[in-house]
Amino acid sequence: MSLDAAMPRATAPAILPGSGGLRGTLSDLFWRRPKVLLLLMLLPPVLWLGIVYIGSLFALLAQSFFSIDEFSGLINRQFTLKTYGDLFQAANLDIILRTVTMAALVTLASVAVAFPIAYYAARYARGRWKALFYLGIMLPLWSSYLVKIYAWKLILAKEGILTWLLAKLHLLWVLDAWLSLPVVGGNSLSVSFTGTFIVFVYVWLPFMILPVQAALERVPGNLVEASSDLGASPGQTFRNVLFPLALPGIVAGSIFTFSLTLGDYIIPQIIGTSRLFIGQAVYSQQGTAGNIPLAAAFTVVPIVIMGFYLWGAKRMGAFDAL
Amino acid sequence: MRSDGSQSAPLGLKVAAACGLLFLHLPILLIFVYAFTTEEKSFVWPPPGLTTQWFAVTWNRPDVWQALSLSVRVAAISTAIALILGTLCSAAVSRTKFFGRETISLLVILPIALPGIITGIALRSAFSLADIPFSFWTIVLGHATFCVVVVYNNAVARFRRTSGSMIEASMDLGADGFQTFRHVVLPNIATALLAGGMLAFALSFDEVIVTTFTAGQQQTLPIWMLEELIRPRQRPVTNVVAMVVVLVTLLPILAAYYLTRDGDQIAGSGK
Repeated sequence: MSLDAAMPRATAPAILPGSGGLRGTLSDLFWRRPKVLLLLMLLPPVLWLGIVYIGSLFALLAQSFFSIDEFSGLINRQFTLKTYGDLFQAANLDIILRTVTMAALVTLASVAVAFPIAYYAARYARGRWKALFYLGIMLPLWSSYLVKIYAWKLILAKEGILTWLLAKLHLLWVLDAWLSLPVVGGNSLSVSFTGTFIVFVYVWLPFMILPVQAALERVPGNLVEASSDLGASPGQTFRNVLFPLALPGIVAGSIFTFSLTLGDYIIPQIIGTSRLFIGQAVYSQQGTAGNIPLAAAFTVVPIVIMGFYLWGAKRMGAFDAL
Repeated sequence: MRSDGSQSAPLGLKVAAACGLLFLHLPILLIFVYAFTTEEKSFVWPPPGLTTQWFAVTWNRPDVWQALSLSVRVAAISTAIALILGTLCSAAVSRTKFFGRETISLLVILPIALPGIITGIALRSAFSLADIPFSFWTIVLGHATFCVVVVYNNAVARFRRTSGSMIEASMDLGADGFQTFRHVVLPNIATALLAGGMLAFALSFDEVIVTTFTAGQQQTLPIWMLEELIRPRQRPVTNVVAMVVVLVTLLPILAAYYLTRDGDQIAGSGK
């Protein structure tokens, strides 16, 4: 690019002469052609994410259209929809259904636990308390995922603190009655769906609190007052005023709780039964079974579910609450 | 509890919020007690006795040190890469409006929005298609990809608060682009970058789901812990490591909070 020739140095004395050299030339180039600078700034991140990440996603997608030769165990690199057909076998449908049900239950429970915390933090906590609430939510969010799971293994173990506490309260019969139930029960809480459920709720809870709190902070306090001035009971105010206004935040939080539960394979492996979730199915298909095409097809399930979910959430205005 | 002055929270709400916060924090505190227990074989509560001998035992375990050193090296390099890429991307997105700007934001957020297992298996299948053997760098490749978003979020929030007229003023006063960057832009975004870098470090240091797919036979500290959780060999050592991990991740989070607290409370919202 011919820069030096067209420089307006001489005609505009208010502008200092360029500092010269490579640095000056570059600096002038960026000033005169912001697009060059923009391109240079965008190129590394876009190349990195485009090649490493999007490239890998396409590699994964491509694999899901391959199939595995059932006799030799080798991967046949030819386009086929057979692997997707395998997803609809009863055992695999079972896994998908189980995971989606768990994700839905975890999301509902997270809303129930998160709402009071978010509401208090948004509406009543001020100054020092506000900072305390913020840190109180951020610290568990960022502390180690495995350590959190490990803590629950300690709590839910048969000889652990929960059993001890219930024994002290003479409530052990409640635990025994619950564990003898067919689907949710088991030998102890750490090998039951109930345990898996509790840990999921615990680990993803901060992801629900933050967007709900953000949504509630935008609700003007006088709306609540107006509602009660007009004779609504606290319950009616909650149902007709607060909840609809907080809904985008709840949907935004549910994107995290739902998506994270769909993809997790470590929690159900450490605390749970031997019945698989999608994440575990993916892991075992690509690892021990060596069936990468089926594993790839399995990962497409959460992507499709989340695609629909995000589309619905966008229509509800959830992204403004993020 | 101090309230707005206008009204105080209903008792039920206070209790529910307090119980929720206790639910979030008590399990982590429990780890600290278990690190001192004398019991070796089970998770029995209350601990039969307290001892500090497991700290010495853990200190002398070479496998823990190796895993720790790999984790620190991976986290340091991933953070460095994420800092460069995240800053460039946030500067471009917040300074200019251009076609495809929303797509770029989506591209940065995607690795963390999709479940980790998808990122993990996608990388693994790419490695296998391209015949790339597992190494230190395959771990870094995965980690840097999802760390970019943390730096990006922090830097974008700061750029939004930094007024563009400062840059114009600097240019008017005769500074060239590099001087402006060095003396005006950088001091303004430095704390946001530091905070983003710390969070990226914490994120990488703790990551296990993607790592299981990109590490091959190497053990980072989280992978070491995962092995111990699935096939426990020496529970007291795991307890001590868990406690140390909690303390080590606590510090960058607190530091990041203090660095970004005036105004933008966005530090972790994108994790």
